[in-house]
Amino acid sequence: MVMEIVCPAGTPASLRAAVKAGAHTVYCGFADETNARNFPGLNFERDEMREGVAFAHDHGSKVLVAINTFPRAGGEEMWHRAIADAESAGADAVILADLGLLAHAAQHHPNLRRHLSVQAAAANADVINFYADAFGVRRVVLPRVLSVPEIAAINAETEVETEVFVFGGLCVMAEGRCSLSSYATGKSPNMNGVCSPASHVDYHEDHGDLSAKLGGYTIHKVGAGQPAPYPTLCKGCFQAGEATGHLFEDPVSLNAEALIPQLAKAGVTALKIEGRQRSRSYVAQVVRNFRAAVDAQAAGLPMPEGMLASLTEGQATTAGAYKKTWR
Amino acid sequence: MSDHSVNLPLFPRLPALALKGMPLMPVSMALSGFARRIAARHPAMFRRLGEYNAARFVLDPTDLPLSMLLEPLNGRPRIHLSRRTLRGDARIAGPLSGLLGLVHGAYDGDALFFSRDLVIEGDTAAVLALRNAIDDAELDLSAEAQAMSGPFAAAMRRLIAMAEARTGVALSRHEEDGTW
Ligand code: SF4
Repeated sequence: MVMEIVCPAGTPASLRAAVKAGAHTVYCGFADETNARNFPGLNFERDEMREGVAFAHDHGSKVLVAINTFPRAGGEEMWHRAIADAESAGADAVILADLGLLAHAAQHHPNLRRHLSVQAAAANADVINFYADAFGVRRVVLPRVLSVPEIAAINAETEVETEVFVFGGLCVMAEGRCSLSSYATGKSPNMNGVCSPASHVDYHEDHGDLSAKLGGYTIHKVGAGQPAPYPTLCKGCFQAGEATGHLFEDPVSLNAEALIPQLAKAGVTALKIEGRQRSRSYVAQVVRNFRAAVDAQAAGLPMPEGMLASLTEGQATTAGAYKKTWR
Repeated sequence: MSDHSVNLPLFPRLPALALKGMPLMPVSMALSGFARRIAARHPAMFRRLGEYNAARFVLDPTDLPLSMLLEPLNGRPRIHLSRRTLRGDARIAGPLSGLLGLVHGAYDGDALFFSRDLVIEGDTAAVLALRNAIDDAELDLSAEAQAMSGPFAAAMRRLIAMAEARTGVALSRHEEDGTW
């Protein structure tokens, strides 16, 4: 069976680009705080969502709507409305993280398929089975901290479908629990849908040296000829004692394309591509590449050579935690 | 430029030099008119820009002896060309082929930025909003110019094709999937 590729769309044009490039499934969100990619100029108004879903369905693709931030106390109505509007737009599923929201969806929208967001950080079979029993969750997006054997162990003990990230920006903390960005900017992924938001980013070029600042703090500085960094806090270059280096994580992106056969063997249903904040050109290139890869895998052919490094942050890629090694 | 740079074609030196003597006022007015006609056909682009409709964007093609101030103004955009350094809320600089390639979906903005082919300064959120709004609009400047040329559309198409061939700059939209 061909593994499903789940592709990002930050705009209706990207959704169409993803569908045209062969996406089985596209995920997107509304233009507000209900989704974890709440960036300027991005996401879908209600009418755009309806049209996007209709376009995808006309061409045999599915649409998942990410409503994966945690409702603000007293502001739950915005999140409830998002779920109702996703259902009436014809979405094939919603991607949720918050327990209360899962309970609300299960009770008020029982026919709307529920997926568990990576933001919920469900990393073992017990908790995944709990989400399935309590809220009818049908699929879980696994955190990017698991190895292939760990994923296989989860799949051996659950009927819930698993979806894993295979390409794009890497977020290394147990997902949904990282507040690094709040310290520098007051905004964090799980509350406001943004990590290291652009509104707090500043670039300065001085004699070829490029400094990337977040909330006034220099997070990274590179010389002429070196790839430009985005000042994501966990990927910054810091000084500790005598040493200067990437304390938490190197500024690299995930590319697990070569691991697709192992992920298939581990029982994974769907492969997720990160990047709702990227352009339609990126979406088209990455989707085409991964569609070719899963088709090759299903046909028992070798994985095609990837050509995607130039598209990634840091312009270097890693297999992430899927292959854990010591430095 | 980094080892990973995308190899953007540079605008040829001679025609770039010719731009040095060009009167900028009438060209600015013509470009503003062109931009307003495009705006009328793509209102969603300005809805997407949101609060950044009030931002002032400096677009600086580094292979040309001039730069451009773009003010979106809620769908009544204004363009001003200058040979002097322009000030705005945000500046996007890079070869003309890169800037137009972004408009036409031929390149990914982040990839050009990571590779240092594009430089951005000032209000990063405004730049992102502009990039996303333009990317979603699926603009084709060549088709827009032809649509506005009435009986001269065919001549305009030939002229644009010639300019593309001579300069290597993509003046028309790049279809993400040729087989579609
Ligand atoms: S700082 Fe890094 S680990 Fe934390 S949310 Fe942002 S990307 Fe993820």
